[in-house]
Amino acid sequence: MYVAVKGGERAIENAHAWLAEERRGDTSVAELAVAQIREQLSLAVNRVMAEGSLYDPDLAALAIKQARGDLIEAIFLIRAYRTTLPRFGATNPVETGKMACDRRISATFKDAPGGQVLGPTFDYTHRLLDFKLTAEGEVPEAPTAEPRHEPTPHITEFLQGEDIIQREPESEATPGDLTRQPMSYPSGRDIRLQSLTRGDEGFVLGLAYSTQRGYARNHAFVGELRIGTVAVEMEIPELGFAIEIGEVELTECETVNQFAGSKTEPPQFTRGYGLVFGQTERKAISMALVDRALRWRELGEDDLGAAAQDEEFVLSHSDNIQATGFLEHIKLPHYVDFQSELELVRKLRREAGVEEVREAAE
Amino acid sequence: MAIQKKNGTEAEIETETGAETGAGQQARRGWMSLLARAPETLLLALWSGYGASPSFDWLRRPETGAVMVRGRMGGTGAPFNLGEMTVTRCALTLQDGTVGHGYVQGRSKARAEAAALIDALMQTGAASAVRRAILDPLAEAMATTREDRAARAAATKVDFFTLVRGEDG
Repeated sequence: MYVAVKGGERAIENAHAWLAEERRGDTSVAELAVAQIREQLSLAVNRVMAEGSLYDPDLAALAIKQARGDLIEAIFLIRAYRTTLPRFGATNPVETGKMACDRRISATFKDAPGGQVLGPTFDYTHRLLDFKLTAEGEVPEAPTAEPRHEPTPHITEFLQGEDIIQREPESEATPGDLTRQPMSYPSGRDIRLQSLTRGDEGFVLGLAYSTQRGYARNHAFVGELRIGTVAVEMEIPELGFAIEIGEVELTECETVNQFAGSKTEPPQFTRGYGLVFGQTERKAISMALVDRALRWRELGEDDLGAAAQDEEFVLSHSDNIQATGFLEHIKLPHYVDFQSELELVRKLRREAGVEEVREAAE
Repeated sequence: MAIQKKNGTEAEIETETGAETGAGQQARRGWMSLLARAPETLLLALWSGYGASPSFDWLRRPETGAVMVRGRMGGTGAPFNLGEMTVTRCALTLQDGTVGHGYVQGRSKARAEAAALIDALMQTGAASAVRRAILDPLAEAMATTREDRAARAAATKVDFFTLVRGEDG
């Protein structure tokens, strides 16, 4: 526990004033505009929206500026802001099959209808620093080609034709919401997916990596990875019909995993699913791998004792705001706690005869 | 259609049952969806370019809130909560009693107000003028933006070819 301590107001005020000055940095360098962050650091903006669990690029950019680029601090700001908003309702589930894809690749089917569309990717770059970017300059216009208008079908649809991959059970059940109800275990896949999509990218990545290295055996293929925009549709009660209230950029990853079959299921491929706000490819793939690992129980697989299979472990540690809150609170004054520990250790030492030993030595 | 007194509260905004059916509803759904996604600067420029400033009473002043966006497991299965997005809404009534609703993505109250006024005018005799001056250019600009992205994506589509191995094979 920690006890409230009075005092330090002036020190705190001055610290915050200095923080503001440090945030601004060298005033001979032009100040960053929020729009510049939104447009030019868009992947940071996307991460803040995904883990802040609020889609609003301008707010996320503002949070990044205010947090001096500390993304977890920015996510914290977004989460705090989010709690001030009234909730108008929930949308109809987005239809990712109708996504206007900027990128769409499959590691399993070379000739997938719709093709392998690379989009604005870092893949195949040489990861060499580009010193041209230190100078301002015009960017040459990207080449264009005849655009595709028809929707790009999901890859899993083709496997489903043969029934060689597990079907997703159809349902219109109202999903649980971890922002409204306390967590309880075991939880449903709805809660797990909500938790993973807003979970810390580094944590989810680490867990996903552990499954690849053998801690929960499931070898995943990226059946499909797509990035693009989808319309968000919601029923408007006062109108009595649904309208599109906006559009969001999403990254969706479907993995295809081997499955030997069980007593009730024939051998077939199983699936892991990742869906994340923004262009957030690493996170979406990680989410799909961890989702698949957490499904061991419903698929009748063995519990191998791997971290990525332990739902309670994964879900209670994936939220970086909870984690940082608890972690960082230990730097706040614990004077009284520590005082009592100090007394205790001194007493124990006296009882152990430490004082006498020292005196004898002198 | 419910007509409310000035500055009505939310409880007074009733469902417009039977106000529109079929094609009318479909058309309204179309322009409201367009307005919800419209870029702010363009929408406000077109609105001020249209030049009308009809007097109105608020049924619901612009307010910003969040909606929970849902996805489906595996893209096609049961729904789950993905995260929220910001939305601003308002409702107003013109002098002739026409009710306009504004629902726009983001936090701009000016955009929500313009959307609600346009929604109201689209239900009046001004509809075709509003469509020509605002909705058509808006739809065109948004389609162009979309086409531009799709064209860039199309240019990154991989064309596979098979290498012929060996000189004399």
